[in-house]
Amino acid sequence: MTLHDPAAHRPATPMPAPPIAMLAELTHRCPLSCPYCSNPMELTRKEAELDTETWLATFRQAAALGVLQLHLSGGEPASRPDLVALVAGAREAGLYTNLITSGIGLTDRRLRELDAAGLDHVQLSLQGTDAAMADAIGGYRGGFDRKIKVLGWIAEIGFPLTLNFVMHRRNLRQLPRALEMAIEYGARRIEVATVQFHGWAMANRASLMPTREQAREAGRIVAEARAALRGRLVIDYVPADYHARYPKPCMGGWGSTGLNVAPDGLVLPCHAAQTIPSLEFQSVRHAPLAEIWTEGPAFRAFRGTEWMKEPCSSCERKLVDFGGCRCQAMAIAGDPAAADPVCEKAPAHARLRDLTEDFTSDPDAPLVYRAFPAPARAG
Amino acid sequence: MTAAPAPAAEGAAPTLAPEAVPFLPRGVRLHFDTVRGAWVLLAPERALRLDTVGHAILSRIDGERSLGAIARDLAATFNAPFDQILADSAGYLSALLDRRVLELRP
Ligand code: SF4
Ligand code: SF4
Repeated sequence: MTLHDPAAHRPATPMPAPPIAMLAELTHRCPLSCPYCSNPMELTRKEAELDTETWLATFRQAAALGVLQLHLSGGEPASRPDLVALVAGAREAGLYTNLITSGIGLTDRRLRELDAAGLDHVQLSLQGTDAAMADAIGGYRGGFDRKIKVLGWIAEIGFPLTLNFVMHRRNLRQLPRALEMAIEYGARRIEVATVQFHGWAMANRASLMPTREQAREAGRIVAEARAALRGRLVIDYVPADYHARYPKPCMGGWGSTGLNVAPDGLVLPCHAAQTIPSLEFQSVRHAPLAEIWTEGPAFRAFRGTEWMKEPCSSCERKLVDFGGCRCQAMAIAGDPAAADPVCEKAPAHARLRDLTEDFTSDPDAPLVYRAFPAPARAG
Repeated sequence: MTAAPAPAAEGAAPTLAPEAVPFLPRGVRLHFDTVRGAWVLLAPERALRLDTVGHAILSRIDGERSLGAIARDLAATFNAPFDQILADSAGYLSALLDRRVLELRP
């Protein structure tokens, strides 16, 4: 990569490799209100969303920067009336397009339009494997039946399909059926993801955190299914991390492989990054994406390993897990540069252990559903 | 979502017969990455960076030619022993079959 102006100020750090993937959170609107939604507690309203043109310009910039895969997400991306135009524009820009959806808001006709626009892949979320569970978790009556219809249309059109099953204490027993459903509907992949405690899930740890026995059982079921379904179904598994010894890696390292664009255009290193108050974000409305990626303060904050403290800075796993999750370090240790408290070497690990005990002790803890703040405002 | 290294031959993967006719299913495609100056295989949640050999194999897959025909072509192009190329290609493609980014004609 060459600098445009040789006299220009050179960044102190070497140029980062370009990102591979971009997650476009087209909107925070969604007919469902899952209590583990990864959207921030402070949801962006429709009026503040980027318009079609700005999204399309952002997709072109992303492709020029090196992004290969575009994940169209939300909220529910189907809540955007311009979804088909966005897919067509992204394909034109040369991006691989993946629609991450609950299915609600998709019709047979709309799916055919998406097909014609060149949509590459659909990832459909499952809140449960029957109407009672799925509708209770999604907070939307009739959602499951609708989803089954959508699955039928997807199969008819022939979209490559991944199912995404977010697992937690309440629905974990439905894992075997979720795997069967993946086979029945012709999915090539299933993501079996134990709920991650960011966003709205933070408010629901007491009702969603799996017990240690459940976490173990899920691992066993996944291992057996992987062996039995080899070559038929790819199973990507995200285990329950509060029960682990070491943290999950933060992507391939913070600011190294992917970026997120929030509905209002703020560019985030990850979907939960806004929980770190010291970070400063820029918007695609005001700065080129390439500049935000290479020089943006939020991306530079935890890129590489220089920001690390002990025990991470001298740890042999520091390039394996990159110190774990910055947002989890913030949430539990109160310091975004601390070791992820999931790590048994982390100073805050004991605190995480205690929290885990608390959060798995009340089988009747109620769910807090995600919601926009009440529209009426004083003044 | 990550750039995994090109798959290596796995001992446990089932061996592919030379008569098998592989094809890239919908949602999987070759793409020249102009930013990195390299070929990649784009698939659901995966972008596999291809080396010269990987690209040579995959770019010959058209849903009509058999693995044997592809290996013969490669052996001629690279002036290499056919048996070796056949075994290497079978291993490479088996790993892709396992990941469901490649399929075989019935
Ligand atoms: S000390 Fe830090 S780098 Fe080492 S395993 Fe724990 S979180 Fe990862
Ligand atoms: S900081 Fe945490 S939530 Fe964000 S990408 Fe890293 S691991 Fe995931």
